[in-house]
Amino acid sequence: VLRPQVVWSTLGNRQFCSYKIRTKTQSFCRNEYNITGLCNRSSCPLANSQYATVREEKGRCYLYMKTIERAAFPRRLWERVLLSRNYEKALEEIDENLIYWPRFIRHKCKQRFTKITQYLIRIRKLTLKRQRKLVPLSRKIERREKRREEKALVAAQLDNAIEKELLERLKQATYGDIYNFPIHAFDKALQQQDAESDSDAEKEEEEEEEKDADKREFVEADDSELSDFEDMDKLETSSEEDKSSSEEEEEEREKRAARAKSKGKAPLKGPAGRKRPYIEIEYEEETEPAAKAKTT
Amino acid sequence: GGDGAGGSAAPAAGAAPERVLFPPTFSVSEIKNKQRRHFMFQRWKQQQRKEKLASRKKRRKEREALGDQAPPKPVPKTIENQRVYDETTVDPNDEEVAFDESTDEFAPYFNRQTIPKILITTSDRPRGRTVRFCEQLSTVIPNSHVYYRRGLALKRIIPQCIARDFTDLIVINEDRKIPNGLVLSHLPDGPTAHFRMSSVRLRKEIKRKGKEPTEHVPEVILNNFTTRLGHSIGRMFASLFPHDPQFIGRQVATFHNQRDYIFFRFHRYIFKSEKKVGIQELGPRFTLKLRSLQKGTFDSKFGEYEWIHKRREMDTSRRKFHL
Repeated sequence: VLRPQVVWSTLGNRQFCSYKIRTKTQSFCRNEYNITGLCNRSSCPLANSQYATVREEKGRCYLYMKTIERAAFPRRLWERVLLSRNYEKALEEIDENLIYWPRFIRHKCKQRFTKITQYLIRIRKLTLKRQRKLVPLSRKIERREKRREEKALVAAQLDNAIEKELLERLKQATYGDIYNFPIHAFDKALQQQDAESDSDAEKEEEEEEEKDADKREFVEADDSELSDFEDMDKLETSSEEDKSSSEEEEEEREKRAARAKSKGKAPLKGPAGRKRPYIEIEYEEETEPAAKAKTT
Repeated sequence: GGDGAGGSAAPAAGAAPERVLFPPTFSVSEIKNKQRRHFMFQRWKQQQRKEKLASRKKRRKEREALGDQAPPKPVPKTIENQRVYDETTVDPNDEEVAFDESTDEFAPYFNRQTIPKILITTSDRPRGRTVRFCEQLSTVIPNSHVYYRRGLALKRIIPQCIARDFTDLIVINEDRKIPNGLVLSHLPDGPTAHFRMSSVRLRKEIKRKGKEPTEHVPEVILNNFTTRLGHSIGRMFASLFPHDPQFIGRQVATFHNQRDYIFFRFHRYIFKSEKKVGIQELGPRFTLKLRSLQKGTFDSKFGEYEWIHKRREMDTSRRKFHL
């Protein structure tokens, strides 16, 4: 017969107890029948011959009792009583069953029962709320997806695609009159000009020949006087020739512009476009050299 | 037999791989010795490379010799070229599709009967990044409101939203402080699409020197939504933005689908000439991948799913895409 005092003096205090867990400040008891969870003389189920606990199973609470009479029969040692679902009634039941038992055990049983009912209530409330479903990620899949996304991004060429789409929309005139790029009108005008110039091609050639012939004649006749005023003379010659030459110049300029640049741009006034007499003036400015900061 | 011959040839040949003689039924993988096998494999590889180089040179010479008469260059194979033909690809002239689209849930939007009003919210307890992302998203999408989700159930939010005339609901799911999912639900019992979101970049992380997006209604570009599924998703995105963009704002929101990844970008553009446009990226960017499309509003248990991404069935071919 193991007297409780003997049990406590060996297991509880001095020697090894497999249910005992020690931390820096406290020691706990892992025994499932322990009422408080701490390793104490009064809470150790092994060291008390008369002991009671409240435990819950599948949402129902039971009162477990151990008496000294059944100490010899381990199979029947713990007596189990189902407690009512009603909180107050269950407390009365505990009191009934544990009548004449030590105050400590009665009190602790009721405390434990209260705690258990509280957490059961919380469980039921939580199951009604939305629950986070944790979905496991496969690392291989994640890596594969990431890589494919990068490749897709490179293949997409987003900037180009967006720019192309925007230009398409501009061409389709979805923007209306906001932008001053009247492409279609200009294109049409250009095309008309081209058509005219093509039809007048022959005339142009003749005119050119005439012009050359005139030029040659003129120069041969008087070169010293009129070398400076060649251009002036071109303008002074008969109105028809003048008009034709100026037209010719314009057409040539436009044709060159049309050929050189992509259609739709206004003709440049660069050196290729200039045919009229012009003077280039260069300006030189004297700039004082900036004062250099001397580092000391 | 062959093994011994290959093995003895290896040290003898040394570093001169001009003519490698292999007996007819010999493969490099049959050599048991790792060093020798490695050596033989390297030699074989060098030979292959030489042959390839030689053939390429020859082809180039032939091409130059022919000059103008050369046959056109063969088009390289890309994944987009090799894509498995999807029978649900939409033909622009398809009447059935047009009829379906005129009678589906987005018809009121496209007939201009409803103005989009968006509610943006997150999952529980959003962290800073998600909150900022929500704010930026609400500046991108006009007429959108951000509300915090304080433990409310979606199923209860939805009737309230419908009562307050919201047309769309966006829920951004967060995990470990980064947004990683997006649920887009069209409200008066419209379809619900669930996306996985990745590579989210907030405004300050994008390298640009522009200003904030203005309040103007942006234009929308939807690229590459070819199949029926893609079409419906495209319409979903389009219905987020008001129908009439304000061109003065010069802002454009792009949803570009490439190999089932939808890239979202928000730019400001300027036309430098008829042939050149400059774009400047503002606004957040993210990529989406469709996980499921459900017919009614958000209901994960009893909803009728139009499309779910089933990895084992759908990810078997690298050339098959669904959007």
